[in-house]
Amino acid sequence: MIRTALLVAGKDLRIERRSRVLLWQVLPFGVMALVLSGLALGPHHAGNSSAGPGLFYLVMLLVTLLMINRSQVIEGSSGTRTSIATLGLDPAGVFLGKALALAIELWLTGIVVLAGAVLLLHTGLLGSAEALPSVLVILAALAAAGTLYGALSGGGQGPATLLPVLSFPAFAPLLIAGERSYSDALHGGALWPWWVISLVALVAYLAIGILLYGVLEDS
Amino acid sequence: MIKQLSQRLLGPVTLVLLALTFWLGLWVTPPDRVQGNLVRLLYVHPAIAWVALYVSFGTSVIASCLYLWKRTRSVVMDRVAYCAMEVSAVFLALTLITGSIWGRPTWGVWWAWDARLTSTAILLVFALGYLALRRANDDPEVRARRSAVFAIIAAINVPIDHFSVDWWHTLHQGATVFTENGNFLVHGSMLWTLFVSLFAFTLLFFWLLRARYRLEVQRDARYAASLDEALAQRRREGVH
Repeated sequence: MIRTALLVAGKDLRIERRSRVLLWQVLPFGVMALVLSGLALGPHHAGNSSAGPGLFYLVMLLVTLLMINRSQVIEGSSGTRTSIATLGLDPAGVFLGKALALAIELWLTGIVVLAGAVLLLHTGLLGSAEALPSVLVILAALAAAGTLYGALSGGGQGPATLLPVLSFPAFAPLLIAGERSYSDALHGGALWPWWVISLVALVAYLAIGILLYGVLEDS
Repeated sequence: MIKQLSQRLLGPVTLVLLALTFWLGLWVTPPDRVQGNLVRLLYVHPAIAWVALYVSFGTSVIASCLYLWKRTRSVVMDRVAYCAMEVSAVFLALTLITGSIWGRPTWGVWWAWDARLTSTAILLVFALGYLALRRANDDPEVRARRSAVFAIIAAINVPIDHFSVDWWHTLHQGATVFTENGNFLVHGSMLWTLFVSLFAFTLLFFWLLRARYRLEVQRDARYAASLDEALAQRRREGVH
């Protein structure tokens, strides 16, 4: 399973590196969404760090949606599914591999958007650095949930409008936990309850994905 | 014989018990010392929430699990899961509406960003997402599998919703019928009305589920008949 996961993650990341979609499309989108969030708040409130954590996670949710679609399009291209079926790869490994690749892409984008939040929304540098581990866990949970919902919504062939409808309710608790942990990191609150929720969500989505991804692939 | 009788009696018994709930709730029970007549809404709201969160959502999740398990996989399980989720969506919406009507005079707002309210709203969006997923897939096999997986994922939110009042400091009250030791906090006609209401709304769920299930069977039969008709038409065109 681990070997399959590494193979699939390597394949997805190589495709991303060659196509440079992450660099030229997803990262600029994330930064633009952050700037637009600041504009929507207005010049007097954009520098208010209390809104910063929520806006950071909202932007990351939008980025996650883009990247799930992208990840499923890779899988949906002609011949890919047939090749995977012919190779007899373990579906749990395929799920873990796709989630891992998505998590790495989200981590890279998250670090850039986090720096943007410090610069544009004036969230504290030290607090943001303290929040970084929890950001990485939440983004990993988003990647695991996103991979599952990408397959549920029909992959590359499914209607594009279905993915947000299905995934947003599942992302909402992660958004809440992420926003609270980032806010607590900025204002010196207790981080551990949000750490527990984030880790439980990550483990739960990984477990469900490992168990049920094969059912979705079959269909 | 008994099965037929119980099916025939389900509707009338449900209606009688609902009428009894309204009579007890509106005329027999006294006003609350603190809430006054507003307490009468609480003979309906917890029962609706009970059906929405546990009975119908639970039925849908159990039927989904049984569908995914190869030994019990059948179109019956898929239909039950779908129909129960549809009823759950209606009851979840009613839970939020009745809660809002109670919340406005009590809390001063129609909606509060409270853990119980928010997690119930998220559950409603899950139920609506499930129905959207059903409509997005034409292939019955694919539709059944995907919606079964989705229902199981959505079930994670049910314990979060249930324990939200214990895990977080919420505006929504915690357990108000039983104490932690299992003793009753509500007494007399108020307690009886609450139990009659719970039983009446549970029966209402089964009545609605049965009606919706029959409708689904008819729809499948009509779809199969139209498919047969279309195939026959094509054959006739081929012959001539």
